[in-house]
Amino acid sequence: MTETSVEAGVDAASADVAGVETASWFALVGTHLQKDLRIEWRSREAIQSMLFFALLVVVLFSMAFDPTAAASREIAGGVLCVATLFASVSVLNQAWTREIRHDVLDALRLTPADRSAIFVAKVLANFLFVTVVQVLLGPVFFIFYNLRPLGDGWLLLAVVPLGTWALVANGTFFAALSIRSRNRELLLPLILFPIFLPALLAMVLAVKTVLTGDGSDPHLLWLKMLAGYDIIFMTVSLLLFDTVLQAE
Amino acid sequence: MKRMLLLLTLAGVAALMAWGFHQAIYVAPTEATMGDVQRIFYYHVPNAMLSFLFFAISFVSSILFLAWRRSAPGRAQAADAWALASAEVGVVFCSVVLITGPLWARPVWGIWWTWDARLTTTLILWLIYVSYLLLRRFADGAQMQALAAVLSIFGALDVPIVYMANRWWRTQHPAPVFGGGPDSGIKDPRMLAAFGWNVLAWAVWGLMLLAFRVHVERRQQKIRQMQTVAALAGK
Repeated sequence: MTETSVEAGVDAASADVAGVETASWFALVGTHLQKDLRIEWRSREAIQSMLFFALLVVVLFSMAFDPTAAASREIAGGVLCVATLFASVSVLNQAWTREIRHDVLDALRLTPADRSAIFVAKVLANFLFVTVVQVLLGPVFFIFYNLRPLGDGWLLLAVVPLGTWALVANGTFFAALSIRSRNRELLLPLILFPIFLPALLAMVLAVKTVLTGDGSDPHLLWLKMLAGYDIIFMTVSLLLFDTVLQAE
Repeated sequence: MKRMLLLLTLAGVAALMAWGFHQAIYVAPTEATMGDVQRIFYYHVPNAMLSFLFFAISFVSSILFLAWRRSAPGRAQAADAWALASAEVGVVFCSVVLITGPLWARPVWGIWWTWDARLTTTLILWLIYVSYLLLRRFADGAQMQALAAVLSIFGALDVPIVYMANRWWRTQHPAPVFGGGPDSGIKDPRMLAAFGWNVLAWAVWGLMLLAFRVHVERRQQKIRQMQTVAALAGK
């Protein structure tokens, strides 16, 4: 008797909370996103460090391989992906360490809001940072490697964001996960890279197909795989993010 | 009595493995085209099959751990011990696969390694579970168990994707021996027997290892718990 009434009370309470959450989920994402963007706008730490790091990787690869025009079309996709990958790891680490200072993360956990909003906002913010870096770096990249896409260049506008999303969504998730460990900065690449490998493969091959225009992928198989990867891992991240955040 | 039983089990497993070795090396006929090097198949394939089994156990235990974490902490701890132990044993078996594979590939394909669907999938599987074990070293306590369980689920999801990706890409690995089409399957009964004995021997050995490892982990959990209780009481 009492048990059922308690349950009913809990149900009513959670329904109440859920009602508030559903009403303001997008507003919550907006608030978190706004906060992250404002911090970045004031410091410009993330974008500057990523930009310079990615530039260094592009230059290093160019020096190390000294590619001809034909060869650079083959490897450029890989260099672009790896440069983005390395550059974003440091920033992804920063994204959550920032919240650890002054116990912001604990405060966020105490709010009755849906945790997924925090995650989605973080992913969106990081996605915007990486995209800005790619937009700025793109022309430099094309100049350094003497690139001229022989395939349908517009496809890059679908391939690169999808690949970046795969990287950033997983990276944000695993950064939140590895932040609880002792050597947090070290752990993120160790667990992110193996998980990200299929997306990396798809992204590299899709970019290569566009740049070389060899028509090896007429059905856009790699693009579809990248989209599938994004959907699957975003869903699982959303499902498990609460577990990661409340992991003690 | 318990010690006696344990010794008997150990002796039985050792005898079974020796019998499997005898079957693979002396009884099974030499393969027509590849010669003696084909005998590595009797180790390579059973180990591959069993590593998948252990990773599957780890995956299921991780899900159970997350499910029981709040409702049944005692059972959740047991699930965590199983998840860790089977991941460790799985990595050992997977390492055997990754070592025996190139040993066979060098004389038969002429190369040690190729980025083929199965090879890449197995390597990534190995990498993911090594990163899982690293995570378990880098963090501790209840939160590490939850985080490791989450990582294990991600790893298990990754494997089919890697496999599909590579199958579309290129493949060089021999077609599946079992269930690979009308022409598949081992025709020679002595080869089949050698294969069957080795699967059995390695399975028993692996499960015994798993049982020991779970036992040790459960003891360590108990010690940690007692230390925590003692620390709290001492305060």
